[in-house]
Amino acid sequence: MIDLLQEIGYGIRKNKLRTFLTAFSVGWGIFILIILLGAGSGLLNGIIYQFRDGAINSIWIRPQRTSLAYGGMQPGRQLRFTNEDYDYVKNNVKGVEHVTARFYLWGEFTIRYKQNYSAFDVRSCHPDHRYLEKTLITKGRFLNDKDQLEKRKVAVIGTKVEEILFKGVEPLDKYITINNIQYKVVGVFDDEGGEQEVRQLYIPISTAQMAYNGGNRIHHLMYTVGDASPKENDAILNEVKKNIAERHRFDPNDPRALSIWNNIEDFKRITGVFDAIGIFLWVVGLGTIVAGIVGVSNIMLISVKERTREIGIRKALGATPSSIVSLILLESIIITAGAGYLGLLSGIGLVELIQWGLAQAGEQPEFFRNPQVNISTALYALLILVFSGTLAGFFPARRAAQIVPIEALKEE
Amino acid sequence: MITLKQVQKSYFNTATPLQVLKGIDMHVAEGEFVSIMGSSGSGKSTLLNILGILDDYDSGSYELAGTLVKNLSQTTAARYRNRFLGFVFQSFNLLPFKTAQENVALPLYYQKVSRSKRNQIALEYLDKVGIRDWAHHLPAELSGGQKQRVAIARALISKPRVVLADEPTGALDSVTSQEVINLFRQINRDEKLTMLVVTHENEVAAQTDRIIRLKDGQILLNE
Ligand SMILES: Nc1ncnc2c1ncn2[C@@H]1O[C@H](COP(=O)(O)OP(=O)(O)O)[C@@H](O)[C@H]1O
Ligand SMILES: [Mg+2]
Repeated sequence: MIDLLQEIGYGIRKNKLRTFLTAFSVGWGIFILIILLGAGSGLLNGIIYQFRDGAINSIWIRPQRTSLAYGGMQPGRQLRFTNEDYDYVKNNVKGVEHVTARFYLWGEFTIRYKQNYSAFDVRSCHPDHRYLEKTLITKGRFLNDKDQLEKRKVAVIGTKVEEILFKGVEPLDKYITINNIQYKVVGVFDDEGGEQEVRQLYIPISTAQMAYNGGNRIHHLMYTVGDASPKENDAILNEVKKNIAERHRFDPNDPRALSIWNNIEDFKRITGVFDAIGIFLWVVGLGTIVAGIVGVSNIMLISVKERTREIGIRKALGATPSSIVSLILLESIIITAGAGYLGLLSGIGLVELIQWGLAQAGEQPEFFRNPQVNISTALYALLILVFSGTLAGFFPARRAAQIVPIEALKEE
Repeated sequence: MITLKQVQKSYFNTATPLQVLKGIDMHVAEGEFVSIMGSSGSGKSTLLNILGILDDYDSGSYELAGTLVKNLSQTTAARYRNRFLGFVFQSFNLLPFKTAQENVALPLYYQKVSRSKRNQIALEYLDKVGIRDWAHHLPAELSGGQKQRVAIARALISKPRVVLADEPTGALDSVTSQEVINLFRQINRDEKLTMLVVTHENEVAAQTDRIIRLKDGQILLNE
């Protein structure tokens, strides 16, 4: 092997400048590919960042009017969810991670703390709700199962609510009134979803149902499915739909009975666009590499032509066609892989530098975040390099193997 | 060692097919030192290329050391050349970027002999042809006679059964030519090697055991 490498060394050294130029074109191709992929990942991370407010894997279901006749009932019947629907999903559906319902309190409520008051939205929900909205607790705690079970009059308030009502006073364990009913503040939350999200209060759904004559009614059912695949997600959703249809006696195939907002679908659609962009970037990058390969291949062809006599001598002395092929192929692979590797390293270096620069700048632009090249991309690139080296060397090697010694030796 | 029966060879890449060898019958015994003479274009090189398994023939038969050489694959031909044959050319055909020692060692590279071993053997052979001191020089730094000695050492290193030389003295002055012929003689005597030398110089041919004369693709005289 060392011998073979040394034999190759002669070939490369003989044409330093030309070898360098072609090697450069391959390295440049890989460099461009890596930069493009890094930029693509930056854009994709930007999009993922846009989704940061809600859990990516969540499903939101609201009851609507039926549109098909079923079991002797006319279409157009308004459906209503109850706690039973929540309980069923919570306790019986496998693969569901977090579940919550919402009972809507219509209109704005006047919230008061001592002499300060203002109008805010009030949401009632289950403890798991914080996973669906990615609610961040900054003080105290979120609603818990005990609050829910005992229908406690407790509230978790948004940072904006805290700011306006408490004006710097410690809010925990203080009592606020929501339309004249007293609630104890047990926590303060922040939410990356924007100002509107933190101008709200959360109270237990059981408390809300009791205080505002809701009975066991719920308006909205939401759950997450963890890291389930889209296929598993569909299966879970079908099970939930089927069960709800059975309980409320409507056609499970009724397209209007339930309004389902599937966060995964949205996310999939947008990432799908990005997959397409990714493919485009690969195509452009690969195109650059192909140009490099053609360059290497041409150089090698010229080199083989120039070395016709040498190859003829080698054959006369006992070189088999396969030994000549491996000589040329390996030379090609070494040139492309070596140059490509340098291109790969400098490309990754630049992407890392940009990432570092963005991090240093503090505020990252929303649409472009954390550009990066992952390991598998780099490995693919290396694989492509070796493959392209082989490809580039193929025709020159075949040409070399076909050299007839007597013809080669005749050439003066 | 070498037996040819009715060997014919034509070139078809010319405007009209050109028959170069028109039925060659010849026999060379083991250890014989034979010269092949003939005017330019009489087919000497063609014959030697066939003997060296560098070229195919159309009909007839060629036996080398008891093995029929016919329609060999490239790989087998390469192995036979490597094991059975040594070549010496008029234009030396050394690789310009390799030292004398590396040039001599090259046939052993294709026998997968380790680097240090073959370099050591190469040195012995350079010693045998009298230019050990030039082992680390490139061909460009050597005189014509020295280059031909390197080529001879290279032809011998794989311990071939037959050495084929095409006008080995064609590019050398008369003094150097005589030295090369003396070297051939000595090798023929010491190693009992079969040798075929193509030449058009009578002084060279006169020093061989036997002269085969070619004319128009046929053996004219077998003295
Ligand atoms: N590869 C070839 N293709 C076509 N014609 C050839 C080829 N090699 C040799 N010849 C022709 O064959 C004849 C014999 O050539 P060669 O064997 O080289 O003669 P010599 O070595 O005796 O001078 C010449 O007429 C030459 O032109
Ligand atoms: Mg000739």
